[in-house]
Amino acid sequence: MTGDLLTARNIEVSFGGGRGVFDLGKHAVKVLQGVTIRIGRGETVGIVGESGSGKTTLARALLRLIDVDSGTILFDGLDITKLSEPAMRPIRRRMQLMFQDPMASLNPRRTVRRIVLEPMLFHRVAANEADAEARARTIFGRFNLPSACLDRYPHELSGGQRQRVGIARVALLAPDFVLADEIVSGLDVSTQAQVLNLLKGLSRDLGLSMAFISHDLSVIRAVCDRVYVLRSGRIVEEGPCEQVFAAPKDAYTSALLDAIPLPKIDPNWLGPTTRAERVGEVDGAK
Amino acid sequence: MTAPILALSNLSAISDRDQAPILRGVSFDVKRGETLGLVGESGAGKSTIAKAVLGILPRTVRVTSGEVRFEGADLLKMKAGPLRRLIGERIALIPQDPMTALNPARRIEAQLTDGPRLWRGVNAKEARALALKLLDEVHIRDPNRVLRSFPHELSGGMRQRVLIASAFALEPRLIIADEPTTALDVTVQKQILRLIRNLQSAHGTSVVFVTHDLGVVAQICDHVTLLFAGRVIESGSTSQLLDRPKHPYTRALLDACPRYDRPNAGLRPIPEAVIADLYAELGQSGASR
Repeated sequence: MTGDLLTARNIEVSFGGGRGVFDLGKHAVKVLQGVTIRIGRGETVGIVGESGSGKTTLARALLRLIDVDSGTILFDGLDITKLSEPAMRPIRRRMQLMFQDPMASLNPRRTVRRIVLEPMLFHRVAANEADAEARARTIFGRFNLPSACLDRYPHELSGGQRQRVGIARVALLAPDFVLADEIVSGLDVSTQAQVLNLLKGLSRDLGLSMAFISHDLSVIRAVCDRVYVLRSGRIVEEGPCEQVFAAPKDAYTSALLDAIPLPKIDPNWLGPTTRAERVGEVDGAK
Repeated sequence: MTAPILALSNLSAISDRDQAPILRGVSFDVKRGETLGLVGESGAGKSTIAKAVLGILPRTVRVTSGEVRFEGADLLKMKAGPLRRLIGERIALIPQDPMTALNPARRIEAQLTDGPRLWRGVNAKEARALALKLLDEVHIRDPNRVLRSFPHELSGGMRQRVLIASAFALEPRLIIADEPTTALDVTVQKQILRLIRNLQSAHGTSVVFVTHDLGVVAQICDHVTLLFAGRVIESGSTSQLLDRPKHPYTRALLDACPRYDRPNAGLRPIPEAVIADLYAELGQSGASR
């Protein structure tokens, strides 16, 4: 047994190619083809990949939001791969998801108060409504969110405030593991810096384990201890950030690093058009 | 130096709803063949400026002063008909989101040939030949197949290439590129940036590149205009602005960018004092951010 909080061994997920009469002759698409990752206690792990690489599918599989075709997922020593929904319930509080777009993940018809208090009451983290409210006010203070926000609706907040409300909602449940799926990709750099620093503080203070999914290697470098590079449903490279960023072993990792424009002038960065691009071979979909 | 292609002088605009200022005396020049980066965070006024140049300002925005001169003519004073013709023929847009910018119910051929048929009066056959040539220029492998396709049949990168082809179709003098790569993967972004740069230098087109990404600015822009809350904070050559920023806000913005090459630098949130000073200069108290 390892001391890891979350371990996924050799997981495979495919979509389509169902058993129904309309699916005859269709092939299932393998989205994850034997992915093995581990997340240590208190560790922040980055998962990087481009669109279609399987990042979000991996996230869902790790949280048991979709079932895997094969492989095992261990959470805190417990095999949760086939656990029934009632058996999963106590574990659900301990593994939380932070979403990319708070505009889509916060119910537009509810006040921030209801959005933030309800999960605490549902999971019985707070004894009663007053307790939940007190906890919310404390964390809002810490997150630099005015407590007047509690009476607002999501659309009345700025993008950065909305994202902080989403993070506060998760932090209030005192989870052991948080999966953050592209949570800063829609934000301005200044807001992005605020949110990332907030997360770093949280994982340090609460001893959180985190999986941080992003397409942005600069963001991963700033917050993660280790990184997995995902391509077409396979891990092509993994290792401590210092190592992977300083000396990537896989050509795809190098290509990803090389594609990030840095805010310093580099006349050679764009370079001439390469042959591969000329024939449109390295085109991605998004 | 020759006269600028595009010159904004002292452009101010307010919101018709609450009279709140949107642009506060914005001035900048774009010279022939040059790429100007229009940079700022959300609410800085980047898109409003782009819309003003394209003549598509929403009715809720009222220009209170200033000029938008394109090849010498003040676009704000022109009548609707001639303005439409001038912009249609000589200014093009590369939009942000390749998913929504194309009509989902029309084939690429129809969408790529509209412009030339409308403004150049070419017939269907000539327009098709031009479309094929353009698709080849944006490095699309099988242009005949793409012409027959509907937008949903193409990947995001392919769609953005189609939109770039469409922008260059009429050999415009000026292209407004409104965050053309934010929706794309980084490897595709690099290809698209390279494509824009190569086409631009081949055709001598001027480009206004709207973006919030200082990394993209560093690689593709000659000059930069940095905006905050509708005001120009700092303008200059890209190297001046990135290597020797004068304004504290410019410096703070650079410090906030995460950088994989310098993991211990970056990610510094913009100091409240810098923001407070900016609002003080604007003569109002800080809005919530």
